Amino acid sequence: MKIVVCAKFVPDATADRRFRSEDNTVDRAGVDGLLSELDEYAIETALTVKEAGDSGDTAVTILTVGPEQAADAVKKGLQMGADAGVHVVDDAIHGSDAVATSLILSKALAKLEADLVVFGMGSTDGSMGVIPAMVSERLGLPAVTLGSEVTVDGQTVRIRRDGDTASDTIEGTLPLVLSVSDQANEPRYPSFKGIMAAKKKPVETWSLADLELTPEQVGGSSAWTEVVEVTARPPRTAGTIVTDEDGSGAAELVGFLSTNKFL
Amino acid sequence: MSNVLVLVDHTAGTVRKTTAELLTIARRLGEPVAVFIGEGVQDALPALGQYGATKVIALTNPDLAQYLVAPKAEALQQVAAKVEPSAILISSNAEGKEIAARLAVKLESGLITDAVDVQEGGVTTQSVFAGNYTVQANVTHGTPIITVKPNAATPEVAETSPEVEEFDVTVSDAAKTARITDSKPRAATGRPELTEAAIIVSGGRGTGGDFGPIEAFADSLGAAVGASRAAVDSGWYPHAYQVGQTGKTVSPQLYVAAGISGAIQHRAGMQTSKTIVAINKDPEAPIFELVDFGVVGDLHKVLPTATEEVTKRKS
Repeated sequence: MKIVVCAKFVPDATADRRFRSEDNTVDRAGVDGLLSELDEYAIETALTVKEAGDSGDTAVTILTVGPEQAADAVKKGLQMGADAGVHVVDDAIHGSDAVATSLILSKALAKLEADLVVFGMGSTDGSMGVIPAMVSERLGLPAVTLGSEVTVDGQTVRIRRDGDTASDTIEGTLPLVLSVSDQANEPRYPSFKGIMAAKKKPVETWSLADLELTPEQVGGSSAWTEVVEVTARPPRTAGTIVTDEDGSGAAELVGFLSTNKFL
Repeated sequence: MSNVLVLVDHTAGTVRKTTAELLTIARRLGEPVAVFIGEGVQDALPALGQYGATKVIALTNPDLAQYLVAPKAEALQQVAAKVEPSAILISSNAEGKEIAARLAVKLESGLITDAVDVQEGGVTTQSVFAGNYTVQANVTHGTPIITVKPNAATPEVAETSPEVEEFDVTVSDAAKTARITDSKPRAATGRPELTEAAIIVSGGRGTGGDFGPIEAFADSLGAAVGASRAAVDSGWYPHAYQVGQTGKTVSPQLYVAAGISGAIQHRAGMQTSKTIVAINKDPEAPIFELVDFGVVGDLHKVLPTATEEVTKRKS
């Protein structure tokens, strides 16, 4: 079985995240970045499926689309235990919207002949959470999404999805698109051995031409959405802080709620 | 005026508040046409008419309920081909976003998700990067598909008497490949829905696992209960109530964070709340940087007394 994990390189949420003033796109090149934390759950799922399989012919590939630095996302996946990596990188990709990104991923997944495509529940930057559904739509594959628990039983993939009103069991048959939530597992840390082994694992770099795509089909100039304005949120004005030394905290709290008409 | 499709969010005909918000927003863009999938359209009709739906298109094909989102996207594509809407509005929840995603590919249209406002002309507002930036955007190609977050608009009444039009859709075999095989309804709490609530009281690591004081204070205020990731990961509260980057993003009138330090993961989910109150033992907790009012103290002492006082004042 060929498992492909789609992993995204994102700006570090604990550092300064910003937009490029010239085109209102997320600055991905000029800031610290890393593998989206939510994709670690997808990688862990893929590795668990591989390890549980009885046949030795299952391989896990990490697929990423992004600038040069995005190779770090692939590297992290290899260190965790994936077998190979593919990095789609092309200057024309900059500024692609979700629809175009899903096109690039779909072409790469078709080329990889993936049986099981695994995504995290969303990225930690754009956080739209729409790419798995779009890729499923484009490839004509079933999608079982937002799994909190995943079982692969022969050709059947079954997940538990904890929704707002119910906990559902959802299943589909391979080949299939799967996305997992951060409840699905506890992602492993790369071991020293894993880090050393990752250096010898194959990583291919593909351009748009390798996917039979033209620059006109992707990128900022052909995006179907446009950001017209970006505004940094003004810092909140400092609030009132009281210390509950003598049991007065509760009364002051209720006083605040009352003054602001929340009671 | 052009038609604007609104996908009705409902449970067996009981229309959710988000749909009233979508209809209100749709009136800024054109004439709202409600698309109702499933059983119970007659029950939903008064609510849809109250908020200005000019027509209700009812889809009752049973395949639409059993097979998740793919058939619903196919159905909307067929409705769109007939109605030729100028925009399509869908609630920004997990299912709504997936339907919108598929529809964007099918209709070759731009997609904007998680709008917190949509203005006349279709310019949307979104809150991004943990609420640190506000972005305005619009769709430049195809039929704009916009998913809208709860509380993006105050529902405005505009009475109409919409007609119901039954519409036959065909669902392809390809769309029936992922199915729900079992569904266990979550026990109702009697509290407001987290993403729609006007007031939310959330608990974190500082509860020590006891959400009793959180729930009691929430109930005294008529609030929803939320939890931080630390509390959820510790197994103290179900994941469905997690507020934060990997849980719900909320924007209530009042957010009370009790025993929550305010890590970026949590801030991402609540930073845009109108008023923020925190109770925390640690005066250095980053949550205090966000608050309008903060109490440095033990939530186990502060909340029960406050609950008593609120209950007294309300009775």
